[in-house]
Order: sequence, then C-alpha cells, then structure tokens
Amino acid sequence: MLDSVSNPLALVAELTHRCPLHCVYCSNPREMQSRSNELSTETWSRVFKQAAEAGVLQADLTGGEPLARPDIVELVRNARAAGLYLSLITSGLPLDEVKLELLVDAGLDHFQLSFQGAREEAANDISGTKSHQQKLRVLQWLKRYRIGLTLNFVIHGRNIHELEEMLAIVKDTGAGCVEFASVQYYGWAFANREKLLPTHQQLDYCVERLKRAEEELVGKTRVVFVVPDYYAKYPKPCVGGWGRKLMLITPSGDALPCHAAPIIPGLKFENVKNRSLREIWERSEAFQKFRGEAWMQEPCRSCNRRAQDFGGCRCQAMLLAGDPTATDPVCSLAPQRPRVDAILAKINQPQSAGAEAVPPTTLRTKPEWLYRPNPS
Amino acid sequence: MSVDLNSKPRLAAGCRMGENNNQRVLLMPERALRLNGPSLEIVSRCDGEHSVSQIIGELQLLYSKAEPHKVEQDILGYLALLQKERALDFEM
Repeated sequence: MLDSVSNPLALVAELTHRCPLHCVYCSNPREMQSRSNELSTETWSRVFKQAAEAGVLQADLTGGEPLARPDIVELVRNARAAGLYLSLITSGLPLDEVKLELLVDAGLDHFQLSFQGAREEAANDISGTKSHQQKLRVLQWLKRYRIGLTLNFVIHGRNIHELEEMLAIVKDTGAGCVEFASVQYYGWAFANREKLLPTHQQLDYCVERLKRAEEELVGKTRVVFVVPDYYAKYPKPCVGGWGRKLMLITPSGDALPCHAAPIIPGLKFENVKNRSLREIWERSEAFQKFRGEAWMQEPCRSCNRRAQDFGGCRCQAMLLAGDPTATDPVCSLAPQRPRVDAILAKINQPQSAGAEAVPPTTLRTKPEWLYRPNPS
Repeated sequence: MSVDLNSKPRLAAGCRMGENNNQRVLLMPERALRLNGPSLEIVSRCDGEHSVSQIIGELQLLYSKAEPHKVEQDILGYLALLQKERALDFEM
C-alpha cells in the first residue's frame, strides 16, 4: 500500500450523458443518466473549487457532449476561476461562432475536437448522425483564436485506410496535437467489438505511417498514437494507476476512479452531493479498493513492471477474465491472454485461399451496428 | 531540429504557467511539467521578448559558477525538448 495518498491531478467531469452523436464505440456506460439526474451549475462549480483545493491541476469537461449543457459557458468560467486548466472534449455539435467566442472569453484553455473519420459518409455512419461537415466548419472558426487545439481521430478496422486523408485534415489547422486513438473495448465498443477490431496488417500500416507523420509534423503538431489494448504486449497503466492521479465525476455526481468502474460488482461510489472531493479521494471504499499493490495476484504481485503499469486495467480484467483482481488479460504474461488471442485470431483469420489482397469479410459488408441512444 | 539563437520563444497556444502547492508548473494540453530552479528560470523568460541568446546570457550570469558552455548546451537542449512537446513557438 501507499504510505500516504498523493493528490489527485486530473478531474474528468462528465457533465452529461446526452449527446447528438450515437457513436458505436462510445465509452459511456450502457445504462446512462437522464437530464433530470444531472448535477446543477452550483454543485459542479463547488466540485471545481474542491478539486483545485485538493491539488487537481487540470479538468476535462466531457460527456456525452458537454456542449449539450446550456450552462457550459458559466461552468467554464467558474472552473477557470477556481484555478483549473480547462479542456473541452467535444464533438463540435451543437456549436456556433457566438458560443465559441463566449467559451474562449470564459477562459477555455484547450479545445479537443473528435473526428469519426475523414470521409463524410463513413464518419456519419459511425456517429449515427450528420456531423462531419460541422467539425470542418469548427476547425475554420478555431483559427481566429490562440487556444490549445487537439484533433482526436478515433480509429478502428473500418477507417484505418483513411489515415492519409485524416493527416491531410490536420495539416493546416494549426493544431498542437493530433491523437490517433484506437477504440478501446468498453461500453458500447465492447458490444460492437468484432466489427471494429483492426487486423494485424492494418495496425502495422498505421504504426509505420504515423512514425513518418511524426517526422513530417515535428515542431508543428505532436502526433500521439494510442495502440489498441488487445494488440499490446503489456497493458496500459490505466488512469495512471487506480486512485493515484485521476477522479471522474459522472453526470449525477458519483465519483469514480475510472470511467468503466461501475461494471465491477460490489464497488460502492460516493457522491459529490454528500462528501467533499478530498474526503472521497482519501477515504472512499471505491478509491481504496485497488490502490497500491495489496490486491494483486500473480503474475503481477512479483512482476517488476507492476510499478509501471499497475497490473493494467481493472475494468478490462473484469470484462475479459470475470475477475477485477486478475492481471489485465491483454498482458502477454497474463494467464487469461489466450482469450484475447482467440478474439484476435478470428479477426485475422485468412480469407478464402489466395485472396490475401481482399479485405476481410467484416469490412466488405455494412454491419448491423448497436448505436448508442440519447438519454432523455 | 535545432533552436535558432535569434528567435524569441514564447509559450505555445494552450500552454501557460500555473501553481499548485507552492510548486510552479507549466500547464499544457493533457499534461503538466514541474518547474524547478533552472527550468523555471528558462520558461519564465519564454515571453516572446527575450531571444534565445539573451536567455543564455542571463542564465550564465545567474549560474556564474557553472561552466558557460555547459549552461548554453543545457538551455538549448531544454528548449528543443519543449519545442518537440509543442510547448513553445519561436518568433523571428
């Protein structure tokens, strides 16, 4: 166990689960909160203050779509006044030029715009709504302001072949960073997993192309590639270690150590309406549950990577091994790794003889997506 | 990528100084960098007014016990790192 608990550094504020997009890989839970359960402007503003006092440096305003909150400008202003560095994680809908100006004036530090692809029809298919053209408009408006800008392309087996066009979109935006974030398989993405996983070949292409992009864009735009967990050799240090750096607040005020934590049976979450953030961070059962190393099983317990990756993701261990204290099954050392290998083998199985150039069958047909609905 | 001695570095869009528990930090999109001693002296001069060679000159005076060439190399290395991290713009 840790001798003393360090400060939280990052706050993820899920302002709402409402969203005009219906992305088939949304990381929101399958059961979403309705508008009537959302925290008030006052409660969120108090949370921002408490966060800054507890040592948090940065807050991500996210959702759902954070712009769906009518009080978004006020929330930005209050969070900034509390002393936080403020990022808006958004699809760019619903936004107009006036609202953008108000957000910048309120002190927004960083605008992160998500993209579902580079081609309009395919991107709209993934998001279940007409959204792509609006994102391109938002990019034009953003050029008027000196504000941090990150473009986030969510990539998967069905859009990796658009990589060149995605890079073309990045080129004259002035973005300081572009993320190519592989879909990770939680929430809605878990339900659509077999239709989204890339092949080995696609991944190799991606790694090679992005390495070149990094050189092409050096000093202009930082290129970040997030590998899909299932193809990694070792797991990611999920949320920088359970209860070590990050706190997530759901639209209704529950404080979670990780966005997927509610899938772990028996975890009880405290609510910011009843407890201060610092109290929750230091004492709540959910934050203590997998803090430190006492909960670890072998091979994590004696592994010399345990202080680097903290055993990987507890929620992924739950999803894939049915045990939240297991080694993350994506780890090559995990006893449950064969389950992941079996999933990948299906995606990578050779198609009919001599047809190597043909894309896998899964890419030739339009899938029956399970779309994320919009909560009332 | 090398740093031009005549250019004037300033914090890039989305980057600013902050403070937490009496510790100065450079806040950037999705990350933060602790600033101590020399790194704080360097970053606080990245204001679009000081040129790189002025920053080097001022720090050589400030750290007059250190070997001047070593101070220069350390500063250039640190500025190149911040440039790669997209924390700085270099104005000519």
